[in-house]
Amino acid sequence: MNEVKCECGHVNPHGTILCESCGRVLEEKEKEKQLLDMRYEGSARRSQTYNKTIIDKVWNFFSSVKVGVWLIVITLVASSLGTIFPQEMYIPPLMPPGQYYEEQYGWLGKLYYELGFHNLYSSWWYLLLIASIGVSLVICSLDRVIPLHRALNKQRVSRHESYLKRQRLYSVSESALTDDAVGKIKQKLSAKRYKLREENGDILAEKNRFSRWGPYVNHVGLIIFLIGGMLRFVPGMYVDEILWLREGETKAIPGTDGQYYLKNNAFIFEVYDKEKDDEVFQDAINKVGTVVKNYQTDATLYKRAGEIVPGEKPELEEIRDQSIQVNKPLKVDGFALYQVDYKLNEMSKMSFNLENKETGEQFGGVTLDLYEPDMEYDLGNGYRVEVMSYFPDFEFNADGEPATKSRIPNNPAFIFKMFTPDKPEGEVSFVAIRQNIEPLGDNDYKMTFNGVETKNVTALTVRKDLTLWIIGLGGLIFMIGVIQGAYWNHRRLWIRKIDNQIWTAAHTNKNWHGLKRELEMVFADTGIKAPEDQLVEEKKD
Amino acid sequence: MKKKRLVTRTIILAVLALAVGYTLYANLNKESNKKIVIGKPAPDFVLVDMEGNKHRLSDYKGQGVFINFWATWCKPCEREMPYIENQYQQFKDQGVQVLAIDSSESELVVNKFVARHGLNFPVMIDRGEVQAAYGINPLPITFLVDKEGIVVKSHTGELDEDTVREFMEQIKP
Repeated sequence: MNEVKCECGHVNPHGTILCESCGRVLEEKEKEKQLLDMRYEGSARRSQTYNKTIIDKVWNFFSSVKVGVWLIVITLVASSLGTIFPQEMYIPPLMPPGQYYEEQYGWLGKLYYELGFHNLYSSWWYLLLIASIGVSLVICSLDRVIPLHRALNKQRVSRHESYLKRQRLYSVSESALTDDAVGKIKQKLSAKRYKLREENGDILAEKNRFSRWGPYVNHVGLIIFLIGGMLRFVPGMYVDEILWLREGETKAIPGTDGQYYLKNNAFIFEVYDKEKDDEVFQDAINKVGTVVKNYQTDATLYKRAGEIVPGEKPELEEIRDQSIQVNKPLKVDGFALYQVDYKLNEMSKMSFNLENKETGEQFGGVTLDLYEPDMEYDLGNGYRVEVMSYFPDFEFNADGEPATKSRIPNNPAFIFKMFTPDKPEGEVSFVAIRQNIEPLGDNDYKMTFNGVETKNVTALTVRKDLTLWIIGLGGLIFMIGVIQGAYWNHRRLWIRKIDNQIWTAAHTNKNWHGLKRELEMVFADTGIKAPEDQLVEEKKD
Repeated sequence: MKKKRLVTRTIILAVLALAVGYTLYANLNKESNKKIVIGKPAPDFVLVDMEGNKHRLSDYKGQGVFINFWATWCKPCEREMPYIENQYQQFKDQGVQVLAIDSSESELVVNKFVARHGLNFPVMIDRGEVQAAYGINPLPITFLVDKEGIVVKSHTGELDEDTVREFMEQIKP
């Protein structure tokens, strides 16, 4: 019931438009057309004809190119929405994201957050869209490549008259096909790398059929690409983290589950020097002022020994020392640490002297580690300084009280209590950069600033990507498909003897002009007309 | 013929659905507080409090643990501290422990803060590892761990006293 038997005896799948074997038009609607629609060789895209079970319905939905195009359009629009405001991973992690979006962008920002656009690219519906494109790609391809392959494999040499005369390139010559002419034509076709098949004196010449598979190879590449993208969600396949490390600091490398630690021994920032460096750099230096020569982190890599419990002081085994420079990462166990950012001269220590305001006499100094200041500094001889409060990132808050914005010592401030033999109950002094306030009345003593020590901070990207080769392979196959489909054309020529006439017809999937020129050369001096373009003739009329 | 077609299509669609399903599942798991899954065991950690006592989470099996990540510069953290202290006094004899974990600040600052607010529960400073294990981003964030060591709830943002009480009630063994 489901099959269509052609007059030539060939049995075609249901829904076939042109007989796979002889090319007779099987669909009534097609018979009225002057030229055939040669898409997919008139083969039956089966999805279009069966519509029974749920499975078939789902299949048919994804098999539609129209659906595929809409999926792509919707995905494009959705992707652009995600760029209106920054994504969550790019906003400063100082407050809850909802609050941040509202403060920065008003009600639009709030809506943006509530709709989940702050994490658009990993939202379930966005992934579902991408996945649907993948599914559509697989099903569209399967639904077309199999019938097309079948039709091209089953084609017979002698095509039916109705097929030949509905080809775009077509001619009839009122002459006999002499052996001489046939020989000439066959020789020229072979020289043009056509493959020849003969049946009952009819000829089918065909070349570059593989070009028809280009789009499908291309789709295979895309699907491999998508699989690569999907694998990034598999734990352990993909890591992309950032590690900020001060000079002298040792931290666990994120993404390694606390297995590896890195110590920053020094961060080096070098610029080209006008005097010392080669003359070739002079122009550039004059033009832009500073040209960076080197960003470098001298690091020591450690491996953690024993049981790993976060928070516990780790037992570290040194693995090696290495300098990390731009494009020269430190590699360990599939991870690569790249130099990515830095911060120069972050304050690390501050020194003060205890001084008598009147006489200017000094009674010793204190040096405060801005990350871990001590509570008390004994200067001897009854002189003592106590740190009452410390504000690493000082500001006056809304209530006018001293407060800190963060834990980073960007703007350190202290409240000291100074104990001296003549003021044993102590004097309170508030000291910030270029500020010295005596909140509880006049003091006899003060803390005078005596220098600051700085440290550099390096930022390293921690990257592990086991999916890269799959994505690369997908890209390569994609390109092979593009080239295969773009640089070759599938060309066919039919020559048939019907009564005393010679019928010729030709088809190509692209570049009709090239085919016409080729055939004119093939048929020159043979007494047979080369196939003529019926579309051009129509225009003439 | 028809049966074969149905079988092939079903298999292909099933494979595709499986791949899509897995991707969504993996992604959702990554999203939900990154490291912490409600209903799964809480990651163990060891930290030393301001008095020098070692606290290991797994040692609190049999008690409910109220884990609060905070910092002195974080206003909402500061506002909720007195509530936690009040409720700690109510619940500490009923098997609820509070562990307040500061985010990488100096001892001086934390000690002053503890003294100023008169906090009696263990306060400890983490240098980043525990925060990484718990996927901490904005502060404050509170995790409730029941007597079996299972995370039963996480809450991002400021708490009021009623909520703190409710939370402690929830993990009371």
